[in-house]
Amino acid sequence: MTTLLEVRDLKKFFPVFSGQILSKLIGWVKAVDDVNFSIKEGETFGLVGESGCGKTTISKVILLLEKATSGSIIFRGKNIFELRGKSLSDYRSSVQAVFQDPTSSLNPRLRVSSIVSEPLVVNNVLPRKVVKEKVEKALFQVGLSDEAPRLFPHEFSGGQRQRIAIARALIVRPSLIILDEPVSALDVSIQAQIMNLLKDLQAKLDISYLFIAHNLATVRYMSHRIGVMYLGKLVEQGPAEEVYTSRLHPYTKALFSAALPSHPDVVKEEIILKGEVPTALNPPPGCRFHPRCSLTKSICPEVEPELKETATDHYVACHLYAKASLIA
Amino acid sequence: MTINFLEVKNLSTYFFTRRGVVKAVDGVSFHVKKGETFGLVGESGCGKTITCLSIMRLVPEPAGRIVGGEIFLEGEDLLKKSEKELVKIRGSKISMILQDPMTSLNPVFTIGDQLTEAIRIHRFLKGKSLWESAKKILQLVHIASPETCLTSWPHQLSGGMRQRVVGAISISCEPKLLIADEPTTSLDATIQVQYLRLLREIQEKTDLTLIFITHDFGIVARMCRRAAVMYAGKIVETAEVREIFNHPAHPYTQALMKSVPKVEEKVTRLASIEGQPPPLHHLPPGCIFAPRCSAKKEECRPEEYPPMVEIEKGHFVSCWRYI
Amino acid sequence: MEREKIKKLRYRGFPVTSGMTILIFMFLAILGESLAPYPPNELNLSEKFLPPFWQEGGNMAHPLGTDMLGRDMLSRIMAGARVSFIVAVLALSLGGLVGTALGIIAGYYGGKVDAILMRTADATLAFPIILLAMLMALILGPSIQNVVISLGITLWARYAVVIRGEVLSLKERDFVALAKVAGSSSLRIMFLHIFLNIRNTLLVMLTLQVGWAIIVEASLSFLGAGIPGPSPVWGSMISKGREYISTAWWIPFFPGFAVATVCLSFNMLGDWLREIFDPKLRQVG
Repeated sequence: MTTLLEVRDLKKFFPVFSGQILSKLIGWVKAVDDVNFSIKEGETFGLVGESGCGKTTISKVILLLEKATSGSIIFRGKNIFELRGKSLSDYRSSVQAVFQDPTSSLNPRLRVSSIVSEPLVVNNVLPRKVVKEKVEKALFQVGLSDEAPRLFPHEFSGGQRQRIAIARALIVRPSLIILDEPVSALDVSIQAQIMNLLKDLQAKLDISYLFIAHNLATVRYMSHRIGVMYLGKLVEQGPAEEVYTSRLHPYTKALFSAALPSHPDVVKEEIILKGEVPTALNPPPGCRFHPRCSLTKSICPEVEPELKETATDHYVACHLYAKASLIA
Repeated sequence: MTINFLEVKNLSTYFFTRRGVVKAVDGVSFHVKKGETFGLVGESGCGKTITCLSIMRLVPEPAGRIVGGEIFLEGEDLLKKSEKELVKIRGSKISMILQDPMTSLNPVFTIGDQLTEAIRIHRFLKGKSLWESAKKILQLVHIASPETCLTSWPHQLSGGMRQRVVGAISISCEPKLLIADEPTTSLDATIQVQYLRLLREIQEKTDLTLIFITHDFGIVARMCRRAAVMYAGKIVETAEVREIFNHPAHPYTQALMKSVPKVEEKVTRLASIEGQPPPLHHLPPGCIFAPRCSAKKEECRPEEYPPMVEIEKGHFVSCWRYI
Repeated sequence: MEREKIKKLRYRGFPVTSGMTILIFMFLAILGESLAPYPPNELNLSEKFLPPFWQEGGNMAHPLGTDMLGRDMLSRIMAGARVSFIVAVLALSLGGLVGTALGIIAGYYGGKVDAILMRTADATLAFPIILLAMLMALILGPSIQNVVISLGITLWARYAVVIRGEVLSLKERDFVALAKVAGSSSLRIMFLHIFLNIRNTLLVMLTLQVGWAIIVEASLSFLGAGIPGPSPVWGSMISKGREYISTAWWIPFFPGFAVATVCLSFNMLGDWLREIFDPKLRQVG
């Protein structure tokens, strides 16, 4: 499978100022710190992690809603930070998004037809009839009736609104859709409906997804490959099933252990992490996870581990898996 | 025969709105034994929160009203108590943790103020002993530096700490029954696990009876001994948690469990329930789940609502297929 | 939803009297002069100081009496509606449009643009309008344009500040980010997405300010810095009629009553609109 999007050495730091009138820079929130991963055509890459890990920031940078501090993102051979004019407009037509809150995602004052057609009409000049047809087709693909176009968002339920948001993303036939917690705000049974819809659309239209979520179970259901993030860093990355079964990185183990069981008789290794999730403002030195890790060695607080390939396409950033030369 | 610690019999709470009567809770019955952890499971709008607000007699009036039923706490009917008596009961006998810690805490008062207020009302402590008591409770919820916490404001604390403070306030007067309404939805997974462990620890130390309101079967699997599944204002199934997971009887319970992805294994395809829950002011006659039920049979009588029957010991279902 | 809202008009306490008053006012503004029984500037010195018809000496030929130059009060009141209306509409259009546009720009872009615009707005709000209008009248001579301009200059700041506040919270909504993701230009986002969501605030503000504009214009005319004669202007009618308050009370009273009633009616309408659209707009007006 060909690579569709490649994130290279991506960094996004937010400056922190103190004082009201004469504010000065006192530090940086290292929200995304040197992240590398790629998404292939037609696959779902799951990005999982807790709040503050940087996954939403990454999605914002890919969508050009935030400017990267350094690094590059290559889409179909071009660095997206250098796109202008027509090539930028093409990128916009190729990469769309669906966010968590279905109510906030739709302009309450616009009819569904205007909402869904927007990505189409701002990038192309098309006759009204063509636009109307495409809107109807997109709404049909997400399972909404042909009454929908003339209605307003508040006349729909949460799940239906999320479908409208998906229709809007689909209308320009994107190659990649960024899904940032697309089902967390929905009821359990509706979550299943939407996730199945997304899977069906992927199979039919060959779309890639970047699926961002904190719920490990949903990420496992949806993803082909996953990346685990902690405090701005990708700590483990690889084929979803493999990461879920082998769980190499201590944080991955802890996350998996913390996930709620699917049955009362499930026996899991109990890993309780010490302390709170630290902020990315002053991340711990060396391995960022070391203060909460129970498997630390003496090197951990000093040297940041690099992402290394431990099995085919399976990467971990942890001194436990570095080659034998670095000993405790 | 031991009296159940909490016994809810045929509770009905309706809301009277311009659009009609919303039967938020309709004929709900269940019981909880002393020291037990009980789960009230269902999706949004099923009535689980209103059921518990009814137990605490905190249903928003005048629109909402408890129109029928009995709620026995240690043998006494709460619905017959005066407001004065209820004020004494709330906080000291029954306490509640709400979902969002940010709105449970008053942003303009310090943690100390809010924690001591609860203690002051029920314990009549003052001055230094009040402060010491507050510190002890914070230690109970594993807050590292209680003094600093007491002088902090809510916005200065992290989400996990806030939820612990809310938990501390709710147990400050040593209630016998604690109702926790989705207490962990806003928490990260690793923090959630710490918090659930904390609740379990407190429960074991104080023999607390715990009711969890949740939509997450994972919480039920992890924390609860028995549970009741609610749909559109009614309880459709009650049983021991292991029974519910191994032999779910009601079609709604079955469908719901098949629509949840698992962390421990790859699920190929999730089942999804067709349609949406009915509007509560316009419920279908007979079995309320029938319009969406894939296991409908001719026996499913459309006019009557199926009564609760015991299919196994302790396992109750409301479904025509078992009658 | 809009249709539902209109249907509920009757149930939500729509101020019927105010509504009718406003309709009459607007009707008179357009057709008042032609419908008046007498030309409003026609002098008739033999009939001066006629009291209203219900008092002794009055008659139905001049139902509201005549003024010190024998001009029919009723006709002058009807004709005066036009000036008040035009000034209010023009000033509000100028101030409202400019203010809203600047408010949206300040709120959306933030940073230096926001700072500059808001400080300017603050300065403008601090400046007393009456003083400004009088200065303009002094320097440039009193005229309808100057009144409109001075009103507009004060009004824009009010809109800019309130609208900017709304925009600050609106721009954080997901649909704004998603519009960017779709490829929408900033202009489109500001004047389609954001504008549609502040339309209601704008409408409420405009309605509430009509009354204010009319009163200010009347005050200016009262002070001599407003619109000059001879066409009837409610404010000057009050001013010139002041000395007759004990002898021919109707001369200043009826124009005063007209100003007060119209202003009150618009305020009632604005309050009702505010209740309908968003109770959170309590600070407006």
